[in-house]
Amino acid sequence: MHIAHIVASGMGGIRTAGDLVAWMQITHKMKITEAKQYVADKLGIEVIDLTNEEIMRQIREERGIGVITAIAGDPKGIRAKFKIAELLNIHINSVDLFKSQMAYSG
Amino acid sequence: MKDHIPTRMGDGELVSMSAAEVKDDILAGTRDAAKRANIPELTKDDAQQLLGIMAEPSRAVSVAPGEEVIVTDDGCSMSFYAGQDSGGIGIPMSRLQAILTYERACAADTTSMGHSDYSFKPVKSIINFEMNAYYTASMMTTAPLFYGAQPNLGLYFQPDGPHPNPADLLPQRKIKEARATQEAAAEQLREDLVFVGKKLNHIGCEGLNFDTCGSAGDADFLAALLAVADLKKATPNMPVIMGASGEFVLGMHGELTFDEKQIAGMYPHEQAKVAEAAGVNIFGVAIGTNTTKSVVWNVARTATFVKATVAVANIPIHVNVGMGVGGVPMLEVPPIDSVTRASKTLVQIGKADGL
Repeated sequence: MHIAHIVASGMGGIRTAGDLVAWMQITHKMKITEAKQYVADKLGIEVIDLTNEEIMRQIREERGIGVITAIAGDPKGIRAKFKIAELLNIHINSVDLFKSQMAYSG
Repeated sequence: MKDHIPTRMGDGELVSMSAAEVKDDILAGTRDAAKRANIPELTKDDAQQLLGIMAEPSRAVSVAPGEEVIVTDDGCSMSFYAGQDSGGIGIPMSRLQAILTYERACAADTTSMGHSDYSFKPVKSIINFEMNAYYTASMMTTAPLFYGAQPNLGLYFQPDGPHPNPADLLPQRKIKEARATQEAAAEQLREDLVFVGKKLNHIGCEGLNFDTCGSAGDADFLAALLAVADLKKATPNMPVIMGASGEFVLGMHGELTFDEKQIAGMYPHEQAKVAEAAGVNIFGVAIGTNTTKSVVWNVARTATFVKATVAVANIPIHVNVGMGVGGVPMLEVPPIDSVTRASKTLVQIGKADGL
């Protein structure tokens, strides 16, 4: 049933920019319109392209924020979230913990 | 537009309605919500748009490009390996495999994990196990990973818990005792919610989901609100989703307040405001499906509650649209036609920030 909602109304997760917009709702309590605009501005694209696979696939690979297909050695998981936190200028709890364990000062 | 529109009843039965009957049910559904919660009815334009959604000839429908929203979940990845009683499909896979499958095969905007019992009380005694599982998963997921469970105050009453059961006391007219035991149980629940939250925050939890708050009434709802407020002081960088259990907080106690507002009797637009005051990051609206009414009636009614809530809330509003809520039929296998029509309606007419 969740899959029906994902297909009917969802943003597409890491296929597109769904996770990025979700991060803004979660960390900054942004309503959907504001969250989309914020992410689009950070990526330098139009809001309509946030769910455009043809645009977002390339952006995700170029920025190292994780693509949905399995590319050996390409950032995913905490490595991708590290870059997402920087891209969106947000605190992600798991990334902050990771940084502290790596003695990362950035 | 053809005059025989296939739709369903709230129990899933496939029926056919004329366009006039659909219009009548839209009007009746929105009026029911408006009257109960003292909120505006859907507009004529909304009703016309809803008629169009219900009459779309396609089996599955979707929102217009650019109107997509975030889909959060309440332990959806558990459905991969859980049993029928949890709506699960029983595939022998681990929690980690299920989480990654949901993120990468289903392209979910967020994902989550939880203990199979899905209540906070049993999580407390195995918190170290859960912390390890969450930490491992959070190193591998890219989308936001929530840890979810239900406050479930009912587990704190006898015979499942230490406190006298108000359901036993109330029929004996022991009102004062029933209120006292709920207050004591709610305080214990609050402590457990904060305990689990702090432990998960320690290992970098990206978000906590207080799911189905208020299922045991206003004391249950209050415990969640107070726990959120506590966690916002102790763990300010850990987001919290608070999902409701119904459109109306049951007054099992009746006199409890938060932010000087009585909790019993709160409708979604009021629930969202106290959740916002507590510090909640996303609030989940839950509207029960009436099985004896049509999906049209139920969806119109839900959209009315949602639109009013979104209008007053300063935080994102996500709508619960699982089986038996949000206009989705109360059926173990919710029909795709009804699910997607509820989905589209609540986004395009209800203006929800997510589902």
